[in-house]
Amino acid sequence: MYDGIMLGVTAAFSLTNLTMVVAGCLIGTFIGMLPGLGPMSIIAIMIPVAIKIGDPSAALILLAGVYYGAIFGGSTSSILINAPGVAGTVATSFDGYPMARMGKAGKALAIAAIASFCGGTVGAILLIGFAPALSSVALLFHSAEYFALMVVGLSAIAAFAGEGMVVKALLMTVMGLIMATVGESALFNAPRFTMGVQDLQSGFSFITLAMALFALPEALFLVMDPARANQDDADKQIKDLKITRAEARAIAPVIARQSIQGFLIGVMPGAGATIASFLGYAVERNIASEEEQKEFGKGSIKGLAAPEAANNAACTGSFVPLLTLGIPGSGTTAILLGALIALNVNPGPRLMIDNPTIFWSVIISMYIGNVVLIILNLPLIPYIAKLLTIPRNYLIPFILFFTLIGAYIGQNNATELLILVGLGVGATILRFANFPLPPLLIGFILGGMMEDNFARAVNLTDGIQFMYQRPMTLTLLLIGVALIALPIWRRRRAKLSVADGD
Amino acid sequence: MALDKWIAVIFLTVAVAYGYSAYTYPLLPFELNMVFLPNTMPMALSVIAIILSLIVILSPKPAAAEGSDEIDLSKLRDYKLGQAFMLIAAMVIYALALRPIGFLTGTVVFLVATGWILGERRLHIMIPVALLGTGVVWFLVQQALGIFLRPLPWFMS
Repeated sequence: MYDGIMLGVTAAFSLTNLTMVVAGCLIGTFIGMLPGLGPMSIIAIMIPVAIKIGDPSAALILLAGVYYGAIFGGSTSSILINAPGVAGTVATSFDGYPMARMGKAGKALAIAAIASFCGGTVGAILLIGFAPALSSVALLFHSAEYFALMVVGLSAIAAFAGEGMVVKALLMTVMGLIMATVGESALFNAPRFTMGVQDLQSGFSFITLAMALFALPEALFLVMDPARANQDDADKQIKDLKITRAEARAIAPVIARQSIQGFLIGVMPGAGATIASFLGYAVERNIASEEEQKEFGKGSIKGLAAPEAANNAACTGSFVPLLTLGIPGSGTTAILLGALIALNVNPGPRLMIDNPTIFWSVIISMYIGNVVLIILNLPLIPYIAKLLTIPRNYLIPFILFFTLIGAYIGQNNATELLILVGLGVGATILRFANFPLPPLLIGFILGGMMEDNFARAVNLTDGIQFMYQRPMTLTLLLIGVALIALPIWRRRRAKLSVADGD
Repeated sequence: MALDKWIAVIFLTVAVAYGYSAYTYPLLPFELNMVFLPNTMPMALSVIAIILSLIVILSPKPAAAEGSDEIDLSKLRDYKLGQAFMLIAAMVIYALALRPIGFLTGTVVFLVATGWILGERRLHIMIPVALLGTGVVWFLVQQALGIFLRPLPWFMS
């Protein structure tokens, strides 16, 4: 193994390859900031460039740089303008955007970068050490377990079920699940509930919904209430990256736990970064102390570090089934698989034996992408954060423009934009009525996968007995129920004890 | 009735309509024998949604919901609603006009117009900024990524 790693390192550390990774990171970061262009689309677009390079190691290094750059760019738009361009960074905006609003944009970006870096590092170490062993674990998960995993992922909504909001949060989740049933689905033969609208044949698009629920209402609130932007006093802190020793101590265990948990979730094909980030958020919230729990959703550094670390570790984890089994576990790895095949590399069980140079240079180059990203971007963060101090009259038009164009680039039709504006206005009214919006988006993201896996499990076993017959499914389901019920129960008990005390 | 109850009524209507269309969903002949039907989960979801929205409608108003994120309906009159409505109208017009009048023209006009609505009167700054921003995005999307966006109005390109 040591020889293999050295092979990979020597292949990766040539001048051309380092130039590639720097170029890739910069391209990825800047394009990734545009909502609507996530890592998947950017990598897809860069494939022709990569193939032109010819040398598989150099091409992969370029793609790795683009990949990590795009993930970081995506977190940036989530944190700065509450516009999560990819499902994996939705959880980042839960606490990242409130931090930015408090004038701590620089710190939020720095925590995100560091957490991602650590997630990637731990992921790479685990990948090197355990890839072959873990590939068998990936196959243990069946549709029943995936369904249970989605249920656990849904438990992230508990974080938004504040005082008197439990029913509202649940209602929003169900609305999200309902929206997920619109359009075509993998298992059924005809599109459902399109209400005769041609453009809904393929369902609501994630990016449209994310922009309508998060970015657009926020921009409208900035317009309606200019004081909300509090730009006057923000200038002092906004560029400040410094993380105090106490903060570092608080987030270090979070990052460590979520890197490992995220990696393990990423190893399951199909689960991926989105679930890892929601689950990481939910778990960290549940094990935080009562004081810290109140911070979640309002700018908690733990709530920001958890999904970022989990997200990146899961991305690295998704390389386990890709490289060892040839199974792409996520959209991004599927596209990378395409790129690998185009470069005459066939991932699978034989790759490590037949072609160790490629195997190791893929892993090492992914890691170099991660390292270069943090070296490049930490100095850039103050400038990126300063974007928020642009005068309001210029900033808001551009936020609106980015929000709209994100949905337009993906779908290229005007109906999508009208749906976006309509849902955005609806979401603004919902915010006025104190309905939490994140549960709707979580329900929407997980709904499709949940129904598919549930249906598959039901069809395979002719009923729902799989829920209690498969031990792993049962355990996961119980964890999910506990994650939703515990915080609610704990709060109720706290309230009762306060009432007794009075 | 409070705003959230009205919204729950809307959700209830949506859930009932959704449940009805799920119940009457036209199944294909061979689907009839399947264990899990395309309308199994929708029907379950609509029932849950109906129950939850009824709870919201019928439950007494919670004592001052905390963590309302400073967005307060009672301050509605202090908010700049006019600007918000004009911006929404601008977005709808932009959505409809984007294809016929082209990305570059449409976006520059949109940026300048929304800036004007927000109170920016220094056009000698706003127009160059809009041109620059639009140009950079167009260059990235069209030239670097190769996603086609018609740049100019239909009679010019």
